[in-house]
Amino acid sequence: MSHWIAAPIILPAFVAPFIVLSARYHIGIQRVLSVFGVLALIVIAASLALDASDGTITLYQMGDWAAPFGIVLVGDKLSTMMVLLTAVLALFVLLYAIGSGWDNRGWHFHALFQFQLMGIMGAFLTGDLFNLFVFFEVLLIASYGLMIHAGGTKRLKAGVQYVLFNLIGSTLFLFALGSIYAETGTLNMADLANRVALIGADETVGIRVAAVLLLMVFAIKAALVPLHFWLPSSYAEAPAPVAALFAIMTKVGAYAIIRVYTMIFSPQLEATAGLFDVWLLPAALVSLALGMLGVLAAKKLDRLVAFAVIGSMGMVMISIALFTPAGIAAALYYIVHSTFAGAALFLISDLVRSSRANVDLTAQPVMSGNALTAGLFFVGAIAMAGLPPLSGFLGKLLILDAAYDSDLMVWIWVVVLSSSLVSILGFARAGSILFWKAHSVPAPDGTEPMPSPSPLSYVAVGGLITLLAAHTVFAGQVHGYTSTIAAQLFTPEPYISTVVETPGKLSTPKGDH
Amino acid sequence: MELLVATAIGILTAGGLYLVLRLRTFPVILGMSLLTYAVNVFLFTTGRLSVGAPPILRDGVEVYTDPLPQALVLTAIVISFGMTAVVVMIGLGAFLGSDDDHVDDQPETDQSTSEGQS
Repeated sequence: MSHWIAAPIILPAFVAPFIVLSARYHIGIQRVLSVFGVLALIVIAASLALDASDGTITLYQMGDWAAPFGIVLVGDKLSTMMVLLTAVLALFVLLYAIGSGWDNRGWHFHALFQFQLMGIMGAFLTGDLFNLFVFFEVLLIASYGLMIHAGGTKRLKAGVQYVLFNLIGSTLFLFALGSIYAETGTLNMADLANRVALIGADETVGIRVAAVLLLMVFAIKAALVPLHFWLPSSYAEAPAPVAALFAIMTKVGAYAIIRVYTMIFSPQLEATAGLFDVWLLPAALVSLALGMLGVLAAKKLDRLVAFAVIGSMGMVMISIALFTPAGIAAALYYIVHSTFAGAALFLISDLVRSSRANVDLTAQPVMSGNALTAGLFFVGAIAMAGLPPLSGFLGKLLILDAAYDSDLMVWIWVVVLSSSLVSILGFARAGSILFWKAHSVPAPDGTEPMPSPSPLSYVAVGGLITLLAAHTVFAGQVHGYTSTIAAQLFTPEPYISTVVETPGKLSTPKGDH
Repeated sequence: MELLVATAIGILTAGGLYLVLRLRTFPVILGMSLLTYAVNVFLFTTGRLSVGAPPILRDGVEVYTDPLPQALVLTAIVISFGMTAVVVMIGLGAFLGSDDDHVDDQPETDQSTSEGQS
């Protein structure tokens, strides 16, 4: 049994307290430790992804207890890809936090950052539903601290909303887990998959309630309309690097939906039929439309980006709700794209905030570093709105292609294409007000120009944009890989048999090892 | 006994939901506490109700109660307790800063809202 699969959780779990205990008053040491921790995470995540890329499923039994009695970590293609995505995103976000000095505006940024990574990695790797709840809480507790990092009344108010909404979500999660346990007597995902399939056709009331509750919980995390109300305020008021890291948190919800509903409540299951085409798909279409309308209506750049994130989650969910291998493959391609694009745009909105008095979309004197910021915004907006040549366009094309055989094909095409147009208008309006109209507004006399953002900030944003470009250039390879992920998800038998049939301590006689 | 426990969960949930919808910090936090009590009792009953049965192996005992929900409830209690403490602190900070305990966004009155941010 290789122990490396636990490393993405263990490593941040050790780095974080070490930062608090030994480097509390030394921001320099904190930065070095944090960056090296994330670099090590990337190396580990890359090697795990490489291990899983041939279809092997790595199982790690906590304390050597066999499933379903013990908690297991499982690394398959999907989870290792998400772990790698998180680690890469974390590096650039961290560089930005250091470059912009955000990490020094309050206490314990780096420790909370590492704890947040620990929670996200754990949520991706765990093979147990209750453990998923626990890791959700770990990442949420850390995110509460990060969300109100650097303080301020507005931020605290948004923080209260964010915490309360997520507390209600957690309570709902517990209700869902309770009903699942009452119906099946297990919470291990692989074991659940076996047992749910055995439930008789006339006894499905409880498990159907549980399936819907669970979908609602994950939809809250994924900010799906009508459960999205927590997102705009909290993402807009959170410190920019934190909002950029949160770009992966909505994807945790999407990941959990893909994982649970391909394996446990699989499409063939009669009890949960209609959950996706009747409920999830329309909700996703409304999310996309509402998100992009929000982009057009936003009065501030940070709100605009927050609504763009809602819209892109709608796009991901449309593709997931198709629930075909092609749909899931397109969704995974789009998840990678929208994580980087969303994070880059949040960081760009902070570049604007730091070189201009505010992020209101009104004409104001030219900001310092105007040309470079404008260029980055231009590329980021093209990516997010899904114009050629960047990966947003390719991802949208894949989703439209996957939707071609759907019953709701007309609706999907109409909403996706018209919302793209609306978002292009929204981004064009924002960009021209921020960067072009500024030239016609003279700077008032006697005002010192704001200092330009530091080069490291630009390196971080540029890095994310470069990743987007690479995601476009290697689209064929990436989509090929996400297709194999989807194929693995739709044949869950190897996963289930690996988890359920591997013997642990219980089945080995004493003194045998 | 099933009826008693089920009604208790129902009343706690209903009260909790009502308080959560009041949209002021203090009632909402109280409502959240009621909801977490309700979910704790609910989790406790998911292993079926049995009176006077031990959850761990003993000599001469035939009937056991399911130990797993008890472990789950313990985890849930610890987490919800910690979360409530966090939200009380953040809520207090927000209330003292703005002299307003509404949980939802209030219509903005002054135009220079983004001035105070760093």
